[in-house]
Amino acid sequence: MFKLFKREAAPPPSSEPKAVIDVREIAKMYKMGDVEVHALRGVNLKIMEGEFVSIMGPSGSGKSTLMNILGALDQPTSGDYFLDGVNVSRLSESELARVRNKKIGFVFQSFNLLKRTSALRQVELPLMYAGVSGRQKKAKAALESVGLGERLNHLPSELSGGQQQRVAIARSLVNEPAMILADEPTGNLDSRSGTEVMQIFQRLNREQKITVVFVTHDPWIARHTNRVIMLRDGSIIADQQVKNPLVAGASERPSLADEMEEILQDAYYGGQQEEYN
Amino acid sequence: MNIGESVRIALDGLLTNRLRALLTTLGIIIGVGAVIGLVSLGRGVENFIAAEFQGLGSNLLFVFSSAPANGTRTTIQPLSTIEAEALDNPSVAPSVGQLSQEFVVPALVVGEAVSIQLGVSGVTPNWDDVRSWTTDKGAFISAEDVDSTARVAVLGTTVVEAIYGDKTFDPVGRTIRINERVFTVIGVMAEQGGGIGVLGDQNEIIFIPISTAQTRMDRARTRDGGYRVDILNIQAVSEDRMDQAVREIEAYLDQAHAITFQGEQDYSIISQAELLNSLGSITGVLTVFLSLIAGVSLLVGGIGIMNIMLVSVTERTREIGLRKAVGARGSDIMLQFLIESVILSALGGALGVALGWLLTWIGGQLVPDLTLSVTGDAVVLATVVSTFIGVFFGLYPASRAAKMRPIDALRFE
Repeated sequence: MFKLFKREAAPPPSSEPKAVIDVREIAKMYKMGDVEVHALRGVNLKIMEGEFVSIMGPSGSGKSTLMNILGALDQPTSGDYFLDGVNVSRLSESELARVRNKKIGFVFQSFNLLKRTSALRQVELPLMYAGVSGRQKKAKAALESVGLGERLNHLPSELSGGQQQRVAIARSLVNEPAMILADEPTGNLDSRSGTEVMQIFQRLNREQKITVVFVTHDPWIARHTNRVIMLRDGSIIADQQVKNPLVAGASERPSLADEMEEILQDAYYGGQQEEYN
Repeated sequence: MNIGESVRIALDGLLTNRLRALLTTLGIIIGVGAVIGLVSLGRGVENFIAAEFQGLGSNLLFVFSSAPANGTRTTIQPLSTIEAEALDNPSVAPSVGQLSQEFVVPALVVGEAVSIQLGVSGVTPNWDDVRSWTTDKGAFISAEDVDSTARVAVLGTTVVEAIYGDKTFDPVGRTIRINERVFTVIGVMAEQGGGIGVLGDQNEIIFIPISTAQTRMDRARTRDGGYRVDILNIQAVSEDRMDQAVREIEAYLDQAHAITFQGEQDYSIISQAELLNSLGSITGVLTVFLSLIAGVSLLVGGIGIMNIMLVSVTERTREIGLRKAVGARGSDIMLQFLIESVILSALGGALGVALGWLLTWIGGQLVPDLTLSVTGDAVVLATVVSTFIGVFFGLYPASRAAKMRPIDALRFE
């Protein structure tokens, strides 16, 4: 359906897949007045190249904190975080900016597109801060790969929600990052646009082996990924492969009642009930 | 990330809020406009005064009686014709070129049923040469007129206008009465420029032979047997011998007036350069003072820019967060906002130059005697100052933007 966004040939596959994310004993503590809030209490996590992972958990579970740290937007209080082999938890502010620019592509729930800026220039933004040449060509290719080749000069106000999120996806992958970090990417979309966006992520992951990390509280979305990590009270309480990942668009999202029924009958997220103990 | 890109981003940001950008720059516009307008006005006045004195001739000296500076002498020995003639002698004062004596008599002048009060100047025949004035109609006082103590008068155009109602009227041959004595008008002086001048109206003048003034209008004898003289108009031999001429005149007059101590002199010597300097320093101080006041509005304008930039940084917190998330460093954000404030203030500076030029033009139209012009250095100064204001007042908001933490900025609603 969409033209592929070309990436440079991957290095020859090694015997063991490389870890894109390697988190070791990460803890994050905030001080709210006199109260110490432990948002993360010693998290260990490895995500390999080419994985499609969801991080789930109720609000207050620490999933936002973990996402901020994985995205190099925040630093852990203790522990180490290796992103693509680099210990990010020891970097300065401007080095972090470079890591975000080169290694990570962000997709946000609220799109975070700049007002009064054409789709093409939105996508050029990371290239601009990277200081690379041939920006327009690369940005155009990225937009074509998400099916927006005809809407290069449209402003966000002239695009639908789904199209805006696709611009954001193009922006996230234009610098060929080590991973794409998406925070509730379908949260602000209707189900049809959400399905389209999901299809793009699945295709990017399947065909280009791009590592994708979703942060979501929506089990339906999580079922489209290959692995689910559950957080609660700042710790990982479950980390499982999804048995039969859903293919976006292949099945209707069940009604809320059906979904509840499904949840009650089956194990969570494609796993078996006993696996959670 | 290059500067061109930053400028593009900054321009985008400004174009989003055109009205606000314009209102923000208003402070700078008014400040720069006022500075430029006032500086050109000050320069215009300075030039006008300078031109007026330049008309006197650049190597002129005036000697006149005055009270001693230290107040030790209570009697003032007036200048006399004897002294004047001595100073005119090259062996006494070789640096003195021409010397013209002037003796002023306050008088009531009546002509054609009009009477005016003014000081009538008795002058030697070379007065017009020394002062570089010319007659427009008729002739100036001649040596024969002085020798014969003739009752003849040469009028200035203001006097002609006062008596005959029209300054172009030719009164040569008519008679006027000066202090009840009948004088025949033999000439009219060419009009002197600068009607509103600091020297007073130079056309409000009547010349008569000095001998007539000294003997018929007044009994002005001096102790040395000569006649009293009020002003010696002296042309130095050349401009660079002015100082030498002053020393020679002092040496002679100190002896003639028995002056032994500095500060006892009962006469003054003023050169045109001194007059120019003293007046120039007054207008200079005035210009600086007015410019400082205008500068205050530049300061206020700068604060206005800082205020709006702070608002802009807060409004665009999420944008800053996103830019940081996709790889902008603090310095990139800093540059973006600094350029924005510099563009604002430089734009204000440019529009301010236009406003200053307009004010100058209006000033020139209102007072045609002043030739007003915006000088290049004022424009350069305004541009530099307004750019500096942009950097200075943009620094704080820009650094606030640069220091924002990306997670806080992204979370900002």
